[in-house]
Amino acid sequence: MTERPAIRAEFRGTLGKFALDAGFTAPAKGVTALFGPSGCGKTTVLRCLAGLVHLKGVCEVDGDVWQDENGAFLPTYKRPLGYVFQEASLFPHLSVRRNLLFGAPRKDGGPREPIAFDEVVELLGLTRLLDRSPRNLSGGERQRVAIGRALLSQPKLLLMDEPLSALDRATKNEILPFLERLRDRLALPVVYVTHDIAEVERLADGIVLMDKGRVIGSGPLGELETDPSLPLAMARDAAVSLDGVVQANDQAYGLVILKVRGGAFSAPAPPAPLGQRRRIRIVAGDVSLAREAPGPSSILNILPGRIVSMKPVDSNEVVAVVALGPDGAGARILSRLTRKSWEALRLGEGASVYAQIKAVALAAGRGDLD
Amino acid sequence: MPSPPPEIWVPIKLTLELAAISTLSLIIVATPLAWWLARSKAWFKEAVAAVVSLPMVLPPTVLGFYLLIALGPDGPGGWVASLWGARTLAFTFTGLVIGSIISSMPFVVQPIRNAFAAVGDRPLEVAATLRASPPRAFFTVALPLASPGLLTGAVLGFAHTVGEFGVILMIGGNIPGRTRVMSTAIFDFVETMRWREANLLAGGMVAFAFAVILAMILIEKRFARAGA
Repeated sequence: MTERPAIRAEFRGTLGKFALDAGFTAPAKGVTALFGPSGCGKTTVLRCLAGLVHLKGVCEVDGDVWQDENGAFLPTYKRPLGYVFQEASLFPHLSVRRNLLFGAPRKDGGPREPIAFDEVVELLGLTRLLDRSPRNLSGGERQRVAIGRALLSQPKLLLMDEPLSALDRATKNEILPFLERLRDRLALPVVYVTHDIAEVERLADGIVLMDKGRVIGSGPLGELETDPSLPLAMARDAAVSLDGVVQANDQAYGLVILKVRGGAFSAPAPPAPLGQRRRIRIVAGDVSLAREAPGPSSILNILPGRIVSMKPVDSNEVVAVVALGPDGAGARILSRLTRKSWEALRLGEGASVYAQIKAVALAAGRGDLD
Repeated sequence: MPSPPPEIWVPIKLTLELAAISTLSLIIVATPLAWWLARSKAWFKEAVAAVVSLPMVLPPTVLGFYLLIALGPDGPGGWVASLWGARTLAFTFTGLVIGSIISSMPFVVQPIRNAFAAVGDRPLEVAATLRASPPRAFFTVALPLASPGLLTGAVLGFAHTVGEFGVILMIGGNIPGRTRVMSTAIFDFVETMRWREANLLAGGMVAFAFAVILAMILIEKRFARAGA
């Protein structure tokens, strides 16, 4: 991702006893996750972006200055943004339709809005809800309406503050595909606050890691997931998300072959259209390493690669970063192995290895779910 | 039973007129005041709230005494009256309206302030993220959401104005047809031993008070259910 950053933000100040000093940039397209433990200041950063909180700093979106160091500060209602709160916060005195249209620009025969009402209603599955009162909606339906309402205000930036965290697991799974569709169909930058790594792995393109009011790393998701100096790679459930393209379908065995940089993976999944972009998730603990190409094995995915770096987790385990491809120029994955194996195989930086991947999980389709 | 004597209708009509005009004025004045009290972070706001609430605690005669001075020829009321060539606002219907507004203010401000506080920050933040300017957010979000509080405030203001006696007597002078309202008319009828008229008016007020309280309970119940 080398695009010109569309969002530049820097905020410093204190709220009560909490001190914030956070800066990051984000690209003009895709989902940037603000990720970190509860209380690390991610929501405050989002509120600063929206102008709901006024700390010192800078905020530029798409070339427009919303806040600068000289005291310029655009009030929230003048910022072309959409904000989805943790609780849907629909207006209880308005119908779903009037909620959706609350922030929509008044019709004045001007050019067609880039985000059309019918499109949003269809995208979020709201057709049957339009004339109902928000009081009679389920939690998931409410949050979908809140997302639609934010989109229809024609934002240049969509801010989402843990939009799924108030929902139960089943409802989350009901909404996630809508968010994926949204990300794929609308060319709108999204800043998405969450403390759930599973949401990051499914939705995010970029990530800003926060801890105790500071940014400890930011960049494309795959890069940060494989950076051993950051807590993501060292976590017990560390995993890497790779974006690939469907290369073939092995219908006889129900497998999809997905091409990523430096290799190809097979994953159990219903046949997918060739060329479709899909995301796979590889858990560090599911990846073991061998010095030589193993003989016949039940493991489907065995890919050559090179070790980029290693970091001990504790006295008995290490995490190795492996770049795929015989030349080590491909995508990076993580392998978690015992220190004993690391030493027995005499592994080291630059060593050629074969990564054996026990399980590859394919995320739901990007693009069209319909 | 013989029909009620015609002179009880004059104070009834005057009372309803006074209560209607006062209530309307109260809503117009109390709503912005309650909004400010609910949302301002000014250090002196509770002092303002205390001043607004004074009429709840002060003896009506004390309040009436100061109002009499304020409305009289040497007070600001006298100056206002001079604008249309009168000498004083005391002992006039306008004076009664001003007195009623002040003495009923706390009963109107309090429920509206509570309603605005209950609306909270979130709906207004949502409105702001949807490009609603502060005035638009106030009229399209805060006001509709606080409407039960406004309704309660209006009912209480109306009822309290109808029931006010001490302040009215002090600044109104109990002039038949001009400042004699129901509460002072009852006093008058009793003074002149006209028990039947006093009974009719007093009974009417009891029925009215019952209706008001019942209406309040029903309003509250309805909105509590709708808000669930």
